[in-house]
Amino acid sequence: MAVPLLSVADLQVGFATQRGLLRAVDGVSFDLAEGQTLGIVGESGSGKSVTAKTLMNLLPSYARVDGSVTFDGRDVRAMATEGERHFWGVEMTMVFQDPMTSLNPVKKVGEQIAESLRVHLKRSRKEARDEACDLLQQVGIPEPKKRLTQYPHELSGGLRQRVVIAMALACSPRLLIADEPTTALDVTVQKHILDLLDELREERGMAMILITHDLGVVKGRADQIMVMYAGRTMEQADTATLFSEMRHPYTEALLETIPRIDMASHTRLVPIPGNPPDAVDLGPGCPFAQRCRYCSAACLVDQPGLDQHGDGHACACHSPVGTEAGAAAHVSNLETGVTPAGLDMGTFTAAVGETA
Amino acid sequence: MDAPVQTDPAEQFGAVVARRLGPGFWIAASWIILIVAAAALAPWLPIADPNETGVGGRMDGPGWSNWFGTDNNGRDMFARTIWGARVSLIVGFFSVLLGICIGGTLGMIAGYFRGFVDRVISFSVFVLLAYPGLVLALLIVGLAGQTLPIVAMTLGILAIAPIARLSRATTLAYSEREFVAAARVLGATDRRIMIRELLPNVLIPMGALTLLGMAITIVAEGGLAFLGLSVEEGFSWGKMIVLGSSPRTLREGPWVAMFPIGAMFLTVLALNFAGDRLREYFDVRELGIGAG
Amino acid sequence: MAGSGSIQMRDSDDVVLRVENLVMEFPAGLKQVVHAVSDVSFDVCRGETLGIVGESGCGKSTTARALVQLPRPTSGTVTLDPGTDSRVELTDLEGEALRSVRPRVQMIFQDPISSLNPRRRVKDIVGEGLAIWCDEHPDVDVDARVDEVLSAVGLDPVVAASRRPHEFSGGQCQRISIARALAIDPEILICDEPVSALDVSVQAQILNILEEMKERFGLTLVFISHDLSVVRNVSDRVVVMYLGKVCEIGNSDALFSEPAHPYTRVLLASAPEPSTVVDASESAIGDEIPSPINPPSGCRFRTRCPRATELCASQEPVMEEMGPDHFVACHFPSTP
Repeated sequence: MAVPLLSVADLQVGFATQRGLLRAVDGVSFDLAEGQTLGIVGESGSGKSVTAKTLMNLLPSYARVDGSVTFDGRDVRAMATEGERHFWGVEMTMVFQDPMTSLNPVKKVGEQIAESLRVHLKRSRKEARDEACDLLQQVGIPEPKKRLTQYPHELSGGLRQRVVIAMALACSPRLLIADEPTTALDVTVQKHILDLLDELREERGMAMILITHDLGVVKGRADQIMVMYAGRTMEQADTATLFSEMRHPYTEALLETIPRIDMASHTRLVPIPGNPPDAVDLGPGCPFAQRCRYCSAACLVDQPGLDQHGDGHACACHSPVGTEAGAAAHVSNLETGVTPAGLDMGTFTAAVGETA
Repeated sequence: MDAPVQTDPAEQFGAVVARRLGPGFWIAASWIILIVAAAALAPWLPIADPNETGVGGRMDGPGWSNWFGTDNNGRDMFARTIWGARVSLIVGFFSVLLGICIGGTLGMIAGYFRGFVDRVISFSVFVLLAYPGLVLALLIVGLAGQTLPIVAMTLGILAIAPIARLSRATTLAYSEREFVAAARVLGATDRRIMIRELLPNVLIPMGALTLLGMAITIVAEGGLAFLGLSVEEGFSWGKMIVLGSSPRTLREGPWVAMFPIGAMFLTVLALNFAGDRLREYFDVRELGIGAG
Repeated sequence: MAGSGSIQMRDSDDVVLRVENLVMEFPAGLKQVVHAVSDVSFDVCRGETLGIVGESGCGKSTTARALVQLPRPTSGTVTLDPGTDSRVELTDLEGEALRSVRPRVQMIFQDPISSLNPRRRVKDIVGEGLAIWCDEHPDVDVDARVDEVLSAVGLDPVVAASRRPHEFSGGQCQRISIARALAIDPEILICDEPVSALDVSVQAQILNILEEMKERFGLTLVFISHDLSVVRNVSDRVVVMYLGKVCEIGNSDALFSEPAHPYTRVLLASAPEPSTVVDASESAIGDEIPSPINPPSGCRFRTRCPRATELCASQEPVMEEMGPDHFVACHFPSTP
């Protein structure tokens, strides 16, 4: 791997609540090289969006952040305290889930794109306008000249997201973070937006972080994938390895639980029993232990570290899938009928799986 | 760029904090309880008769014998301030109660049924709002007499329109919720939906409004007093302020006006503050954000 | 695409729900009208799961609401048990008569939090239907029935009954919604995007519960979703809708293995992991969905359709049979 553009080491983000410290992100580390895509996969509350917001310096002031974030040799967290203005929105930008939250409803699309060009790159009014027009063309918006003078509400959801992408690209960023960029869009438009992001990344050689809840979305697009759960990294690998040599039970469970379009009707889905844990009160063990069929006694008391399984493949599990430890734990759980966490193994085949 | 709407722990955290009422609320609530208790127990409290003249000298300043001083008839201002609270609070409470019973019901009916019913009720509310409140008050009190029930009713009628608007807006918002649709699918009657599903949700902002509304009507009653339209028998804080605010009295014994003004000020402040905190507190709960 | 015609309708005693020529229009000010659902017809047999799939704005949720007369459709009929003596035309009923048949068709909604009254306890929410109809069924033990359905959906009645909705997660709230609908023993359960708002790790639980409840309580399901893979998983028969019209209707396996309508093929190619029966390039269509206020003439899909010709603009295609239990409304359908 080349020298990383972005390097995150042992990132911790916590929020003080009345019930105790909420660990939204707990010990996340990754490197991202220029031109590469990192897919972060997780459910709501997994810490994937908080990670992105930390990188973008968008967290509220009461958040407690620890760990290091380095972008091209510069300390990103130090830049935040020093009030560096021409970094976020210029070298590192972000595209959010709902395009309407990123667009000002009472300003014309053209003005909004031109604004960041004029603020950050000191372009003249006319230059900015021409560049905005170019950008709209690049993100595949038909009749860009006409669109410049329209307001966001006059555009469809897909076009709005394209405008947001154009805004994010205005200052030629080196890293683009896309947080669920298609979740709010129609199915037939989603793929277009994802393809567009991929093309633009390739053309411009920028790095991208693609955040999603769907492993299928990152499968063909990301170079590396990081699976998060309850603020922690569960598994991290390059995409091919992750899908061919899946190690973490959570990753496996996610893949099995989501219906695929080519499955025959009424294929029984393997449910993941229970609910995501409460991030305030995680307890000592693995956060997934309560829902895991490979759970062993150690999982309940000892938080597994991120072990290496071959080149760049890391997995935080005491009994990983496809290893002897994993097989042994599974067999033993099947024999006793319950996991050490008290989960009935029957729930993985029965429809009604609930432990709460 | 704004942060997107998400159910991340960071957002949930905001909800956790907002669920505290805070010490300010409890201070305000204590003051309200103190005033209400004093007013309710006034006949049994070891205080002077508020109408007895010559308890002290004329225009005695505040002191040990008369804590709040005396007025120009030598009546004890401390006793009068407590007795004055009775009328002010009764007027405040019952006028808001009337406003909520009528305005709240009308608003719910308008918000739930919409269409023609809504247009009729909303139009009546607009008419009521457009009609000058003072003129209405002059009319009613002038014709019906300056008794306590009439004054409370007058202010209650003035409260109907704003309360109906709030009730209608809240009902409209909740009618959109899917639990109302679910109840209709189950076969619930309109009456049942309004009472079982909507009322408990509409009552919460109404409850907070009761306190805010009392604050407004207590001040409004003071306004009526200046027009000579407050209760004829007995006296309220408003009437006391009027009595104490002639230029001569203000010059020679400012405390005659100051103590009822202070009592009204603190009470209105406390009611506003407590009502506002309650409203915030319940707004969060109503979103149904629970951890996990 | 415009699924006019009625060739897809079946003539069986087993049909429990028949929807004919359903039209739903809403005023949009300035004498304009939103054509949310235009001339949609389909039927559902006893014990079957009918999936309705399409993008936002295709009218699938409006159709679902029209089935329970919320609000009453502009025109068209919705009939329960059409082939039997107990035939009831919902669209004809008013007031008490409509209310009295309501328990037969129940519904669960997308937003698990908005579906439950935040101020009521779970046992009151689930028992509400029984409480409404207690005069008609005085012998029903409400508490026992509430416990039964709560256990059926996998919640412990002892723990859950006295709590309020905000103490539960999204998935658990959806279980409570299902329990509420099942408590009064409906024949038909309409599910409007029941898993769309849930975490991915919880979706399968809810889908499996729906399957199990269907078997245990002898339900017929109408399942609405924008997610093709979910619809395929739960459905026996599928309706594909676009801009208020039916494009394609058919047996789930036939429709997904030999999609005939160009729009169905686009949907299949647009999934995160596209179906293997279509080419990935088939997802390349325009992003602009026309306004339902002023829908295109002829076939409503023609403005985005790669196969559109002048014929499609001038003439609305009629439902035609493509194979056994497989119908499509297109002038140029794909043939296997």
